[in-house]
Amino acid sequence: MSNSNSTVLEALASAMASGDVQTVDLTHTLDSEFPVIVLPPEFGQCAPFRAEVVSQYDERGPGWYWQNISMCEHTGTHFDAPVHWISGKDLPNGSVDSIAPGAFVKPACVIDCSTECAADEDFLLTPEFIQAWEKKHGEIPAGNWVLMRSDWSKRSGAAYLNMREDGAHSPGPSADAVRFLVEQRDIVGFGTETVGTDAGQAAHLTPPHPAHYLFHGAGKYGLQCLTNLDQLPPTGAILLCPPLKIKNGSGSPLRVLALVARSAA
Amino acid sequence: MSESLQRPPRKDPQKRTVTPTLPPQARSRQAIVFSTAAAEGRLALQTCGACEHVIYPPRELCPKCWSMHIEWRDIPDGGELVSETTLRTSVNTYFRERMPWRIGTVKLDAGPLVLAHIHGDVGAYARVKMIARTDKSGQGVLLALPEKETANMADDKQLRELTCNPKHRRVLVTDGRTELGQRMAAALAEAGASEVFVGIAENWRPYAGSAELAAMARVEIVPLDVTDTVSVNELAGEIGGKTDILINTAEYVRPGSAMQRQGILTARDEMETNYFGLMRLIQAFGPAMRGRGADGDNSACAWVNLLSVYALSNWQVYGSTTASQAAAYSLSQCLRSEFTGSGVKVVNVLFGPLEESWRQPLPPPKVTPQRLADSVVHALQQGIENVTLGPVAEDVVRRYKDDPFVLERELIQSGERQAI
Repeated sequence: MSNSNSTVLEALASAMASGDVQTVDLTHTLDSEFPVIVLPPEFGQCAPFRAEVVSQYDERGPGWYWQNISMCEHTGTHFDAPVHWISGKDLPNGSVDSIAPGAFVKPACVIDCSTECAADEDFLLTPEFIQAWEKKHGEIPAGNWVLMRSDWSKRSGAAYLNMREDGAHSPGPSADAVRFLVEQRDIVGFGTETVGTDAGQAAHLTPPHPAHYLFHGAGKYGLQCLTNLDQLPPTGAILLCPPLKIKNGSGSPLRVLALVARSAA
Repeated sequence: MSESLQRPPRKDPQKRTVTPTLPPQARSRQAIVFSTAAAEGRLALQTCGACEHVIYPPRELCPKCWSMHIEWRDIPDGGELVSETTLRTSVNTYFRERMPWRIGTVKLDAGPLVLAHIHGDVGAYARVKMIARTDKSGQGVLLALPEKETANMADDKQLRELTCNPKHRRVLVTDGRTELGQRMAAALAEAGASEVFVGIAENWRPYAGSAELAAMARVEIVPLDVTDTVSVNELAGEIGGKTDILINTAEYVRPGSAMQRQGILTARDEMETNYFGLMRLIQAFGPAMRGRGADGDNSACAWVNLLSVYALSNWQVYGSTTASQAAAYSLSQCLRSEFTGSGVKVVNVLFGPLEESWRQPLPPPKVTPQRLADSVVHALQQGIENVTLGPVAEDVVRRYKDDPFVLERELIQSGERQAI
């Protein structure tokens, strides 16, 4: 390792020690009561989080406590790999175990749509909205994560999925916005605070579920059920989001952290 | 008339909970058949197949003609009280705690003179209606009721010992997201339950009937997901000590046999609700209920399992779900064994196809959720432990009693025809 690289990491370590760089947790607690995506009942379903105590300082193990846990790869705050969607099924290195680890440590641009999402629960992020954001904060660099801040993580209970008789109502990107981020900006992935990267009514867009279909078809990644995006600066945060290394995994629950410069937060 | 039972006062927290004691438990092998009929609410006695003599108490051969061709048959329930006494002392702890206690002899219309418990409203030398029920020991006993309904008849102390009347009791209905759970809650409130706790899983998903359920009198919605150990334990921590009747309405039903499925996830979901769900409820609520079997007028008294009749024998159309229901049925037998001596009855309702969405393609006759709810209330009020509900279930149970292996073949043929 060269001296200059050592210096960069030493500087980072020192900034973290001094508090100039802070760590923000963008993760919800894995909790059996946290909502999971609900598909039509005849389809297979996403398993919610469950924990069963193996022993708790009792006759099952007098000196130790541990649990068996179970969940879907897409439960709680989680990572979507390209093979999650049929459009990405044949891509090389498309599963969580085969993605090069550099993708899990990248800068993030945070597009604040919270005002618009409060006014319209079906708000769709458009290329025009992104370009207006870029006018203020600069063009989204290639290889960045783009996080859509909706403040949806502040909702709880039934208001989170916001399920009605015609399905869920929550914000997400339009198909054009997804194409723009893939073709014009070459981002590494797209993250949301909602239960999926797509809007609640995205089955009715063209193509259906454009974030899943187009991002994963282009080898891009997804993050969903994020929280605390309101604590991130529009640019400059570094995202740490390594999923579990599950063989042929389509995704994984994970701890998502952001490194943020104190002055920027 | 009987004195109207008043809502019990709040429990004195300084008083020790009374340990359940039991009436005599020992019975002959023959008498088990009597108890089995009593658990179904039937009055059955031995009848000689040769001379038609009705035999009491049970014997190995006819005392009149010495024939060994003895059959258990349902007999007419009429009779006449010929003698009675009121016990004011006993060496049996159970009766000592419940003195005074009325017993007598009844001349049955069917012939024999029988020893029976006597309802308080039966007059001297009156005509009576006999019922056979299981007592706190789980053994069949006879009780003479007034021939005609009297005021507050169900509140009679001796009758109430044999029943699980919801009046003034606190009930947990484990799943209120379905029409069945909602009808059950309404039926229990209607039957005089003082509180009906209704479990709702995944309150972040809307469900039909939620507003009506929340508006029901004496209904309290509680978070409960039987597939989640943490959720079950948390609720038991809150209300386990005052759950007098538990009615498990949670069920997970999907069509499909083993080879019609890919993978085991749906089967696991079936087991999570139908089998592990019951296991979690038993572990969380069972011990407290077992300890409160003699806890006054609102003692713990009943655990109700609602089971598809195909739990007895697999039906391929719902082959995998049926397997999980068979597991649940087997566990209900284990629970019954574990509750023995507690005074808490396990009520199993075996029902035919239910009128609900996952059984939508099945042809009638079906059991409506309302009918299932009503049958549970009836069984509790009557103290019946085994209920068979609906023509399909009655047919399956009849064949099961005749020969379970013949039933298995019949269901295989029926499954081949109806596989969907």
